[in-house]
Amino acid sequence: MSDVILRVDDLKTYFNTDDGIVKAVDGVSFELKKGEMLGIVGESGSGKSVTNLSLMKLIPSPPGKIMNGTAMFDGENIFDMSDEEIRKLRGNRIGMIFQDPMTSLNPFLRISTQMIETIVLHQKLEKDAARNRAVEMLEMVGIPNPEKRINDYPHQFSGGMRQRVMIAMALSCDPEILIADEPTSALDVTIQAQIIEVIQELSRKLNTAVIMITHDLGVVAGICDTVCVMYAGRIVEKGTNDEIFKDPKHPYTQGLIKSVPRLDQPSKERLFSIDGQPPNVIDLPECCPFHPRCDKAMAKCKNTYPPLTTFGEGREVRCWLYEEDK
Amino acid sequence: MSKFIIRRALGLIPTMLIIITVCFFLIRVAPGGPFSSEKKIPPQIMKNIEAKYHLDEPLVMQYGRYVVNVIRGDLGPSYKYKDYDVNYYIGEGLPKSLLLGTLSILLALILGMAAGMFSALRQNTWVDYTWMSFAVVGISVPTFVLGPILMFIFSINLKWLPVAGWLDEYGVAALVLPVVTLFYQYFATIARLSRASFLEAIRSDYVRTAKAKGLKTSYIMMKHVLKGASLPVVSYLGPAFSGIITGSIVVEQIFRVPGLGRHFVQSAFNRDYTMIMGTVIVYSLILVIMNFLVDVLYGYLDPRISYS
Repeated sequence: MSDVILRVDDLKTYFNTDDGIVKAVDGVSFELKKGEMLGIVGESGSGKSVTNLSLMKLIPSPPGKIMNGTAMFDGENIFDMSDEEIRKLRGNRIGMIFQDPMTSLNPFLRISTQMIETIVLHQKLEKDAARNRAVEMLEMVGIPNPEKRINDYPHQFSGGMRQRVMIAMALSCDPEILIADEPTSALDVTIQAQIIEVIQELSRKLNTAVIMITHDLGVVAGICDTVCVMYAGRIVEKGTNDEIFKDPKHPYTQGLIKSVPRLDQPSKERLFSIDGQPPNVIDLPECCPFHPRCDKAMAKCKNTYPPLTTFGEGREVRCWLYEEDK
Repeated sequence: MSKFIIRRALGLIPTMLIIITVCFFLIRVAPGGPFSSEKKIPPQIMKNIEAKYHLDEPLVMQYGRYVVNVIRGDLGPSYKYKDYDVNYYIGEGLPKSLLLGTLSILLALILGMAAGMFSALRQNTWVDYTWMSFAVVGISVPTFVLGPILMFIFSINLKWLPVAGWLDEYGVAALVLPVVTLFYQYFATIARLSRASFLEAIRSDYVRTAKAKGLKTSYIMMKHVLKGASLPVVSYLGPAFSGIITGSIVVEQIFRVPGLGRHFVQSAFNRDYTMIMGTVIVYSLILVIMNFLVDVLYGYLDPRISYS
């Protein structure tokens, strides 16, 4: 397939801590197509953010280390690139938005400074031209009166507006990939929908592929083409939006979907929740990490990690339930 | 911002007035007077002297006269050194003390911030440990111990530097030991403070954003980190200035620097009322102005602070 722009293969990112090796990401593989919107879903600590920070080589090291894997972007492996080469990628061909817009913008610098420095660096534009580009971007993400607001400091914006600024900044160099790391988790529910809409609209307009990392299935359901569900550092299920939501295969995905509150559900009924806690990923034994919480667990779930079961193009599950089907 | 600066500058006037008032009356509460330690003076002569210096007038009158003179810029005659007035001694000593103090605080700032930054960038490596060991020594050893030790090593044993004295005798070499003695403690504190704030800034979300934008580390340090990381240091500058001033009094004594410090100490022993007042006014004026500048600088550095 020629329209794949990013292919991640068997990525392993470990952290050396005093308590042992934390296998935050342990063998993650996925593909991202041009203009595609890929959702990565999982609970806190499942490795979604580490996966994407690894792609930008932004893992704090030490203690973090990319142990294994390749990330082919435009014919080159990101993990083989020098610091110089990866800097030309960051902010330019791969943009990134972070979770908390309150802290992700530098409080000491004007929005103009922070936006212009990126554009000048990557697009080799003069300051005035870069400024015009920045104003244009701010207008695109829906910031009113951008010529004036660009001279403001971050604290003069509301949370939602700051996240819009982050999006404008991340997209200002027209990247091929936008990584959005929980872009709405720190925002009000009403603002969340607006931000998602902005990301969706702009990525379509600019033909940018988006990796949307979230713990909120609702965010993914609305907009993503493909969904990866992560658990304990691994992707346990992958499929198109429809496949994941209409026909979830992995018991974990099934549980996640059941635990989304529904408006048509009788209000007296208790909301479903998955029992237990996510596993500690330090020195994880060779087993399915979900088995202690799984209501369909079998004997072999405790002893061996389930292999990948594939159901046609891009539909993958890691669960013993489906191994015998083949 | 300019409104704030004007308002804050006007606030310096009452502060100084309070200092002058409190100091004026406190001195007079202390037993003895400028002429009481001399051998018995015949009452008539004593009376003449007191009349000459207006010491026979009621205290309130003396105070009023003094304040008016200070506003005119006249700190009055010295009671002890009869040929010159206080203005002369301050004019003589202050530039030397200022040179010593300014050099020390500037060096402490520049080297301290640099040490803090490199220690933070190379956290838990030998760079970090070396700087921080230096800093711990600086914080624990007081100037009156450090001064004589340095003097013993570099002046007496190695004979590289003059034991004591000033520019007119030995040139720039005379500055080295007093400046090092005075600056070390503040360098140490600033290094530790800025290391902590650099570490915090380096791990901050906005630095991660800056990295994700493809900016170079050196650029990130200068443009994104330095401003925020210097805030704790700037707020420490206020106390540091007062420390430098009191410290310089000790250091000037150790290295026989002909600055203002010795007049400050000596005038208190002499009960030289006008001289005490003069030195106190100069030192406190420097302090309040420095604190004022720190406030302004803080507001300039952190846009989130509004002075309305």
